[in-house]
Amino acid sequence: MSHAAAPDLAEAERFLQHEARLLDEARFEDWLALFTADAWYWVPSQPDQTSPRDTVSLIYDDRRLLETRVRRLRNPHLHAQQPPARASRIVANVTIDEAQAGAAVVRSKLLMVEYRRNRQRLFAGTCRHRLVRAADGLRIAWKRVDLVDCDAELEGLLLPF
Amino acid sequence: MTTDVPTIAAAAAPEDLVRPGRVHRSLYSDPRIFALEMERIYGRAWIYVGHESQVPNPGDYVATRIGLRPLLMVRHRDGSVRVLHNQCAHRGAMVVADEQGHASEFRCCYHGWTYHTDGRLKTAPLLHGYPPGFDPADPKLAMLPVARQADYRGFVFASLAADGPGLLEFLGPMTASFDDMVDRAPDGAIEVAGGVFKHAYDGNWKLYLENLCDAAHPIFVHQSSIEAAGAQSDNVPTDGSGEIAIRQMRQNGAPYSFWESQVGIWAYPNGHSYLGDYHDDAKLVAALADPVFRDYTEALEAKRGRERARQILEVRRWNSNIYPNLSFMSQFQQLRVVHPIAPQRTVVYTYNFRLKGAPEAMFERTIAFANIVNGTGSLVLTDDLETYGRIGAGITSAGAEWLQIGRGWASDVDNGDGGRRGKNSTSEIYIRNMFDAWLGYMTDARP
Repeated sequence: MSHAAAPDLAEAERFLQHEARLLDEARFEDWLALFTADAWYWVPSQPDQTSPRDTVSLIYDDRRLLETRVRRLRNPHLHAQQPPARASRIVANVTIDEAQAGAAVVRSKLLMVEYRRNRQRLFAGTCRHRLVRAADGLRIAWKRVDLVDCDAELEGLLLPF
Repeated sequence: MTTDVPTIAAAAAPEDLVRPGRVHRSLYSDPRIFALEMERIYGRAWIYVGHESQVPNPGDYVATRIGLRPLLMVRHRDGSVRVLHNQCAHRGAMVVADEQGHASEFRCCYHGWTYHTDGRLKTAPLLHGYPPGFDPADPKLAMLPVARQADYRGFVFASLAADGPGLLEFLGPMTASFDDMVDRAPDGAIEVAGGVFKHAYDGNWKLYLENLCDAAHPIFVHQSSIEAAGAQSDNVPTDGSGEIAIRQMRQNGAPYSFWESQVGIWAYPNGHSYLGDYHDDAKLVAALADPVFRDYTEALEAKRGRERARQILEVRRWNSNIYPNLSFMSQFQQLRVVHPIAPQRTVVYTYNFRLKGAPEAMFERTIAFANIVNGTGSLVLTDDLETYGRIGAGITSAGAEWLQIGRGWASDVDNGDGGRRGKNSTSEIYIRNMFDAWLGYMTDARP
């Protein structure tokens, strides 16, 4: 694996668009399957936050908690998703920040419109994915989403970004 | 049909809205009630405005508020903490727009009126041609200090009323909860750290504290996270934060028998209360076998001695509520402040404290716990926020004019120290107690 090629821009872009489509279609288990076995998923609460350990985060899931998050999204008693939200995500401005053997840190812009119960919300931010090559395709080793309004007064966040 | 239900037209008289074991729905939605609450509760009670550690050095300031009024907590050059109205005496503009920072003086953006860090007017341009009686030295031409200000062990409170009980009298036996927050620090001091959560909902401000000691809600409100955490394999990798979160979610699924046998609720004058004996240190996150907790206990014992450390850790107050809008808990150093925005709009700011002298790993647990309990994207809080919103959506219906707060009403007991307690934690005594205070404030017609 260490001799595998780093994902190039086109491959990274296809992957991120696939990820966004899985989320738009509420295929959360398929989305989870994109992550490595020890992945983490992070949405900081502060601009330029340096660590999820010394500062609170809107979301900070290690692999174990990420599995629980996805399982909860299917729970019939998840009141905050009655009725469920729908979302439309646009991924753009994809660039490769760092490339190594079989891996790359990919930067992109996310624009997500979320709709639920006659209310629409707009989220925008910068995503960074560390993508690593596995036998059957790319996986997400970690994902960080920096929302432009991360430190604003926000209502509950249910759908993954 | 005869009824004693007041009509909405009559609903603005507070004494008509609170009855034994029930309250009228309009006090969660009527703008006239909200306006009166801002005047008679938030305009008179002691309101928490910040912790002194947020402004460690002269010139440090942090924006804060009481009700709808923007305030500034600032460390003056003499080292004292001052609480000022964040408003220019000239044209009423908010002077300081940043949430926090450092300044040697405050200058209004509009015409440059400039103030010392204790709020006194330092200078202003064109101070001529004013009518008789205008005097730049008038102490009222200032970023005015709040009417009263006091602190208890670094927790700073302000009151917008010149008269009223002192802070210690107001807090009463609840001072022990603040002691518990501070005493757990090996160095005997705590500091605000680790960022702030700010979450919002379309519902009344009172709903928040009414939920925090509600032992009967988790099994329903949090069913989705209880079940999701219950089904989670413990063999999946975690860096520790997920483990803490999942343990807390599972704990929320404790059966009624647990709440009815192991947990109590205490209520004190002025609307304050606490839920106690919930987490015992041997079985929750601060598990005795946990190396982080062991290191922390050793640090506490080294500074305080073994016997004093044992006494400190024996205090098992869970959520302590200071009416009308403060709640905190010592085990994970969390503090929440509820800000009313409108009758059906509320924002809540939550803070973390670092225990000075404790291993840094203890603070990492504080952060992980904050994420799951107070996080805007948490698997737990999001269902609470949904519930407040559902109440907001439902409460304007006239179907249920009177809302029930009577659970445990027949079994409240005198605690012998000026307070009362419920038979067990499922009693709504703490909500009835808040409405006793509410009625006291709201029917006090003094100017």
